[in-house]
Amino acid sequence: MGQAVGARGIVKAFGVGDARTLALKGADFEAREGELHLIVGPSGCGKTTLLSVLAGTLASDQGEVHLFGTRLTGLSTSEVTRFRCRNIGFIFQQFNLIPTLSLVENVSVPLLLNGAGRREAEAKAAERLQQVGLGGRERQLPTQLSGGQQQRVAIARALVHEPRLVICDEPTSALDSVTGHQIMDLLSGAAQAPGRCVLIVTHDPRVYGYADRISEMEDGRVTGVHAGESLSSFIHSENRS
Amino acid sequence: MFLLALKMLLGDRAKYWMLVGGLAFSSLLMTQQYSVFQGLLSWTTSHMRNMRASIWIVEARVDQVNETKAMRDTDVNRVRSVEGVDFAVPLFQGVLKARAQDGSDKMIQMIGLHSGTLYGRPPRMIAGDITQLRLPNAVIIDTVAAEVNRLGAGMGRPLRIGDAFEINDREARVVGICETERHFFGYPYVFSSYDQALQYAPRQRKMLSMILAEPKPGLNEADVAQRIMKETGLRAFTVPQLEKSTLKWVWANTGIPISFLTTIILGFVVGVAVCGQTFYSFVLENLRNLGALKAMGASNMLLAGMLLLQSMTVGLIGFGIGIGMTALFGLTIAKSGQPPFLMDAAFVFEALAAVLLICALAALFGIRRVAKLEPAIVFRG
Repeated sequence: MGQAVGARGIVKAFGVGDARTLALKGADFEAREGELHLIVGPSGCGKTTLLSVLAGTLASDQGEVHLFGTRLTGLSTSEVTRFRCRNIGFIFQQFNLIPTLSLVENVSVPLLLNGAGRREAEAKAAERLQQVGLGGRERQLPTQLSGGQQQRVAIARALVHEPRLVICDEPTSALDSVTGHQIMDLLSGAAQAPGRCVLIVTHDPRVYGYADRISEMEDGRVTGVHAGESLSSFIHSENRS
Repeated sequence: MFLLALKMLLGDRAKYWMLVGGLAFSSLLMTQQYSVFQGLLSWTTSHMRNMRASIWIVEARVDQVNETKAMRDTDVNRVRSVEGVDFAVPLFQGVLKARAQDGSDKMIQMIGLHSGTLYGRPPRMIAGDITQLRLPNAVIIDTVAAEVNRLGAGMGRPLRIGDAFEINDREARVVGICETERHFFGYPYVFSSYDQALQYAPRQRKMLSMILAEPKPGLNEADVAQRIMKETGLRAFTVPQLEKSTLKWVWANTGIPISFLTTIILGFVVGVAVCGQTFYSFVLENLRNLGALKAMGASNMLLAGMLLLQSMTVGLIGFGIGIGMTALFGLTIAKSGQPPFLMDAAFVFEALAAVLLICALAALFGIRRVAKLEPAIVFRG
């Protein structure tokens, strides 16, 4: 499996003068194609900042990011935006569905941003909604759905344009345990697609069992990467604690 | 994406109606006040359209058509002697008191026309014959004068041909009814012969208000007016010159333009304030959604286009409602004729441009905010 995401020496600071805080202090990170990769760590360790830098939504102060062989760091803002539009799907903690648009319209947004026509986009969006178990509810508004259902819509939206990288920020933290597992099943299935990588930031230990690999962060750095046997023992120790 | 932008806007009903309402009110304020202002300005020059003379000659210190400073009777002959003048006739104009049948006094705009030519006659007779004006005590009144609450008071009906009323204790018998444009002061027009008008008016040493003249065929009116001024020392105007001078006088000497302009500017400011604030709060409330769109790959240009489309849409709808209300106001008051109302097509487009400018400014605040927005905002809980 080839490298999907690679980051070296990422430094990111917020604020100036006395208020300057280093959120990332030279973080290194790697994720591979076909992998569901979790980034875990205590609050304030820089997980979300690292995720934002990897997604190209936040520029780092130092370091390099490569996504599927493209060096993101050297691209202009508009080139990064275009790259993101084509190659990345997003799932947010608060779902971020537009409340005044129907489900099918929400899901069709990434396709429209990629230049698809409205009919084509809505047809594909309806298919995706079907796949996440929301067939027949295309014209409903997000506010008519439960939290779990809204997150399913967000998953459909993240996958509808077949992105190579799916970035998820705490996708289960606003959901109950059963719904959280259903969502993780869907994301786990999405990671099986050839050439795709699913990257999840979480501090919800219930979902650790779905990971192919877990990167552990502390104080602005990736302090450990767990895969295979190391992953099993990490999950075991986390569940015990 | 633009269709979705409109759905985002229409989905927030409260904000949408507040924006449309604010812009409709702003459009109404601007166009209605301007139309009344234009109507009022048109009244200031209604004399010229009611009497339709080519050259107007007045005393040297007179600046506008509604002002009179009496001249000597001999001035008419002095004007006639100027080369290029085909003919010149005296005109009396003054505000007099008339007594209706019920004994109440009503103010009238008295116009005394030269009996020989009846030059300066009203544009349209509704009843009667203009030449009857040469009869003793004969007057022609306009439709406003004929109304029950004007000179028809005490008759229980509008005045007709054959009815009489008093001007300065002298009988005035109606021989015709004409249609005129309303006068600036709102007084009804009463036409008589020049000599008769002098009988009606209180006696003064000089009684000649104006001289109306016509240039010889083929000669330029402005050139002849210039020559009259040079040779007589009086002031002579062509119609456009007198219109311009009258309007200039109104701007310089009355508070009318300032008060109307203040309201019109206020309409614009209210539009900017209401629309700007509401639209900005609409953008702020949607900031996370806009951030999500940005993260998903929407460019700043696309988001700016979406915000502009949203603001221009409410602008056009609000303006449509506002201008519709102004037109309705105009149609309603057109029956009574007051307040004056003149809807100017050019200003309608100017007001539309002003409303779209308001919307562009409102969108600009939002666009600035969105341009600075980091898409990473969506990852912050």
